Parts: sequence; structure tokens; C-alpha cells
Amino acid sequence: MDALSWGQIFGRMAWQFWPVWMALILTFAVSVRFKRRLGLYGKLYDSPVGMIGFGLVMFWVFTALFSGVIMTHDPLTQVSGMKNALPGFPQKGAEGAYYLLGGDNLARDVFSRMVAGSVLVIQIAPMATVFAFMVGITLGLPAGYYGGKLDTGLSFLANLILAFPVILLFYLLVTPEIVQSGLPQYIGVVLFLFPLIFLTVLINSRLYVKPGLRNLLVGLVAVIGGWLYLSLLSSPGTRIDLLPPQADALEMPGNILIVFVSVVFVNAPTVFRIVRGLVLDIKTRDYVAASQTRGEGPWYIMLWEILPNARGPLIVDFCLRIGYTTILLGTLGFFGLGLSPESPDWGSTINAGRRLLSIFVHPAIVPALALMSLVLGLNLLADGLREESLKD
Amino acid sequence: MPVFLIRRILTMVLTALCLTFVVFYLTNLPPNLEKLAKSEASSRMSDADVESWIERNGYGRPVLVRYGEWLGLIPGWTRTEDGVTTGRCIGPGQDAAAAPLRCGVLQGDWGFSTVFKQPVSQIIAERLGATGVLMLWVMIVMVPASLLIGVLSGMREGSRLDRGLSVFSIASTATPEYVSGVVLIALFASTSTGLSPWLAEQGWISGKTLFMGTATSALDSGITFWNFSLPVMTIALYGIGYIARMTRASMTEVMTAQYIRTARLKGVSFGNVVMKHALRNALIAPFTVIMLQFPWLLNGVVIVETLFNYKGFGWTLVQAASNNDIELLLACSVVAVFVVLMTQLISDIGYVFLNPRIRVS
Repeated sequence: MDALSWGQIFGRMAWQFWPVWMALILTFAVSVRFKRRLGLYGKLYDSPVGMIGFGLVMFWVFTALFSGVIMTHDPLTQVSGMKNALPGFPQKGAEGAYYLLGGDNLARDVFSRMVAGSVLVIQIAPMATVFAFMVGITLGLPAGYYGGKLDTGLSFLANLILAFPVILLFYLLVTPEIVQSGLPQYIGVVLFLFPLIFLTVLINSRLYVKPGLRNLLVGLVAVIGGWLYLSLLSSPGTRIDLLPPQADALEMPGNILIVFVSVVFVNAPTVFRIVRGLVLDIKTRDYVAASQTRGEGPWYIMLWEILPNARGPLIVDFCLRIGYTTILLGTLGFFGLGLSPESPDWGSTINAGRRLLSIFVHPAIVPALALMSLVLGLNLLADGLREESLKD
Repeated sequence: MPVFLIRRILTMVLTALCLTFVVFYLTNLPPNLEKLAKSEASSRMSDADVESWIERNGYGRPVLVRYGEWLGLIPGWTRTEDGVTTGRCIGPGQDAAAAPLRCGVLQGDWGFSTVFKQPVSQIIAERLGATGVLMLWVMIVMVPASLLIGVLSGMREGSRLDRGLSVFSIASTATPEYVSGVVLIALFASTSTGLSPWLAEQGWISGKTLFMGTATSALDSGITFWNFSLPVMTIALYGIGYIARMTRASMTEVMTAQYIRTARLKGVSFGNVVMKHALRNALIAPFTVIMLQFPWLLNGVVIVETLFNYKGFGWTLVQAASNNDIELLLACSVVAVFVVLMTQLISDIGYVFLNPRIRVS
């Protein structure tokens, strides 16, 4: 068999991505049809920049969803004779099997590894950003609203973490010796409590006057959330091994948990600062004074009067921050921290590929371009959202 | 102003103390000390041997005491065994009576690197110099380029030029250094792909590649266009987008101000309005942003120095962290934290000087 030409390579790749194209077309068709009823999300379709960004982001989301269909090879299997194979190189002994984007220095398929890498990013980055936002909001609201000593203390802590160079912090948190001591898990114990606190306070402050319903919902949050909390944190064989394996709902490998915790830890102080700044601005408004006069509790005012009015900048920052989290995940992989060396995530793949960069370009440049396109998509999306939300 | 300065400096000192203590604590956790003992003495030590080594070399005492020693507030440990006195401040072959009582950062003694086998202060000074040169060139490229892009796109908001430059700056902020570095190497410094093979075929470049993929030679045989362009471009590219967007925002705000309209109505030409009326006011905000970029540059420097194998400060930090070189890592973090806090202070003060509407009480 001959090697494929570039036209054939792109043709085959486009074919390989067919579920993604279908899903994208469906999403766009439905959204454009009903865009007047979809609020801010619908308005996104009025801005070309926002639409391109959203398309790029959804491309990678769908790629991660349908990764099983898209991948042509197993991302971890090494095939003999395919070491550093050039893009479009046919596989010996297998009719019609090609390494579409070539092989890496361990003879694995670069294309399949890129697709498998998107799964890791799409799994970790948005969730980590949500957690960082929960932490930042739960601490930033009272800091901005009450001010005083609480504000001084929390701001000092946030600035302390922000003054650390990110890479040094990663090295300190993710090296095997520190992981062995259980420190990242203990940080996780604290950080993962915040979503529970946030939801409980959110429900409690709203439904304070309907104790029956409130007790039901808070109980549900405590039971389901508590169970998820425990199963997220406990992993057998480490310092925190609380649940028996049968009751463990989420099987999160220990090293991914640590990467997750460190990314949340780095992001939370910035979110805290943004929320605090927004609250300082919004709390001087008349509607806040009105609800104070009505005799509403402080947490009701913070969560149901101030927070909804701060949503514009927070949504924009949320998109940007997912992109930044993706960059951080790549940084961790680039320095070989946290994730295992054969993991197909983009940072680790770039790190592995850069050693032979001047001779074989493809193993490093494919994940590099993938990461860049996802972050670019998120930034364009944020830009589109900012423009559209300013038009109100 | 003096009260403000004193308060800021006190907070800075407190922050620096907290941060160095965190680094000290984390690098001195028992598993790390065990690794240090095994790498310093012998890798096949028994657990009892490790413990006695840790005890003998003064790592066995409470963390706070040792942190005090490192700072130079508490007298260094001494130990007399078989009539020979060893201690923290007693160098090999030095008389115990002649050694100073305290030796720590306050006395100017930064310790000894276990990886490079050199005094830490010497390593840091040397490597900071190398990074300083890199930073200087980054600034020379980055600041004018980003200000120019920002002013050009903010001059006429919504024009085609503005759209194009905005997309460029978004793209550049979306490209972390390890991505742009790889792409730039593939384009300009690869013998098989990109521009270099074509240029070499045409006979326009004498070497095999347009630029060099590593910057190691820049330290030995001097900086040339050939070995230094790619690292500088890689770092600058990430910063350009951000500063340009800030400049653009500030420029568009200034361009809608009353005095700009007045000047235009008086009949001043557009070029003159931009150069004489708008520019000076529009450059206040970017100044802060540029100053606050330094901590980000530090991050970029670590990545780029690793990628291009340039033995500067960032490279040293990675070496120290991955080998748990405690004293070198502490010195690195002190430098990093100092840079971050100083730039914050300078940007605050500079902002007050540039913008007379703000007064610090």
C-alpha cells in the first residue's frame, strides 16, 4: 500500500469525524431556529465571532463524546514498524489501516491520541472551573458584602496563593513525595466542601419561609452531594480511603484527582477576587438597599439579589477560565507532572514529541494545534458573549 | 503616601514570610527528606540509616526552628561527635570556634545547592543575569508591538483593521508558550518541515535552518539573531495579545471622550488628534498591565527556558523543584515572590503618578 497524500489524509479525517459534523449541524440548526427564545445563548448566533467560537468548542465537546467511534486505533497500543511514521503511512499487514497523522516515538497513532486527549480535557477543565467558581463565589460574596476583618483575611490568603508562580506551586503540590503525604487530597477535602455549602446556603436562603420543602431539598443535597463528595475523594490505597469500593460512585484515578485539585486551587483565588470586586460595586445599588429594608437575610441578598446581577461578567470569565484551565492542564502535562507519562493528554504528548521536534514535527504539533483551537474557541466565545451581553 | 508605602511594604514582608514558610514546609516533608538523604549519602540505605542521617545533619528538629535557622534568626545547630564539632554554619575543614553563630538569608548566606554543588547565591546571580537578558529582549519586542497593535485597533472602533487585529490578539492570548514554541520551531527551525528546507534550497540561508531550535549556545558563544529569535518571539507572542487588548480598550474609551470630539470639531486632523490628544491619556492603563505582566512572563520564562534549553532562572527553578534541592528552590521562590510583589507595588505607585485623578490616602 502506498502512503496517503495530504488530500486523502484530510478526506479520511473528515470522514472519521462524521458523528461530530452531524451533531454540530443539528445543534446549529436547532439553535438558529429557536434563537429568539433562548436568551443570551440565542443572541450568540447574532455574532459571527461568538458563533465561530461556539462551533470550535462544541467540535471538541462532541469529539470527546464520540471518541470511541472517531479513533482509528487504540491510543496506547504500539504497532511495530510505525515508529515516527509520517502522516498517512499505511500499517503493514492490515488492509486499509493508516496512521492518519503518523506515529509517535513509541509507534502509537497520533490521530487517535489527539482524540483521546480531548476526552481528558473535556472531562477535567469545565468541572474544575465549576468547582473553582463555587469556591470563589462562596468566599467572595461574604468578603465583599461584609468587608472588614473577614475581607482582609480572605484577600490576604488569595493574594498569597496568587503571588506563587503557578509552575512552582504545581511542582510543590504534584511531586510524588508530596502526593504520598496526602496533602493534595487534604486540600481537596476542603475545596470540594464548597459546592455543598454553596448549594445548601442557596436553597436555605430562598426557601427559608417554606421549611418543609427546604428540609427536603437540603436533605437531598446533603445525601446525594455527600455521597458524591466521599466517592470523589476516597480512592483505595491512599490516605483517604473512606468508602468501600462497592459504594464508590465515581471512579476517579488518584492522579487525575490530584491534577483536578491543583487546578481548582490555582483558579479559585482569581475567581474570588473577581466576585469580591463585583459585590463591592453591586452592593451600593438601590435594589440591595430595598431588600435590606425589607428585612431580608444577608445570604438571601448575596445569593439572590447580588449574584444574579453579577452574572454577565461571571459568564464571560467562566468561558475564559475554562480556556485558562486547559492551558494549565497542558502545562502540567508539559512538565510531566501528575498524569502518567503514557497518558494521551495534550500537554504530555507535546512534552513527549518535543524531544524529536527538529526531525519529526507531527507528534508534537498535532496536540499543540488541538489545544490552541480549543482555547481559541473558548476565547472567541467569551468575546462574543461579552459583546452580546453589553448590547442589553 | 509614606504611610501607604510602609503599609504595602509590611504586607509584602508578611506575604514573603508566609510563602517561604510554605515552600520550606513542603520541601521538608518527611518523604522529601528521605529522598534527600538517599541521594546525598547512598541510595541503598536502610530506614534506620536514613533516620540517623537526617538526625546527624540537623533535619530532625522542628520545622519552625529550622525555618528560623534558614532565615538567620536562630543560631545554627552544632553537634560534637568524637571531639569533632560539625554544624550548620561550619564549613568542611573550618574551625568550629571561628564559624559565625548564625548563618541564614539575613546574613546573606543562601546555602548550598545539592544538585549543582555550588553556593546558591552564585547560581541564582548567574542564572538571573541570563534570564534578565532574555526578558530585556522580550520587553524590547513586546511592548512597542503590543502598544502599536492596541492603538491602531482602538483608533477606529469596529473598523476592518480593528476586527483583524482583535482576532490576532485573541489568537495570541489563546496560544500558551509551549504551543507557540512548538509551532515556531516547526515553522522556522525544523530541517524537514516549514520554511527552512525551502529557504535552504533557494540558497537564501547558509545554514540548514532559518533559526535554531535551542538557545543553549546563546550563553556560551553570545546572543545572535539565529539562536535567540525563537525564544524571544515565543514569550512575547503570549503577552502581546493581552497588552494589546488592554490598550485597545483604553484607546476606544479615550476616543469617545468629549475633548477628542472638540478637537476634531475644531478641525484638527485625525492623525494629530490620535498622536497629540489621545495617545498620552490612553497609555496610562497599559502601563499597569505591562507591569503586572512580569509575573506572567516569569511563568513563560520557565516554559520557554525548558523548551529551548536555555540555562536561566526558569530552567534552574525546574531543576531545583524536580530534584528537591531545598535551599536552591527556596532561593528561587524568594526571587519569584519578590518579583511579583515588587511589580504590584511599582504598578500601584506608577498609576498614581500617571493619573493625577487618583490620590492614595
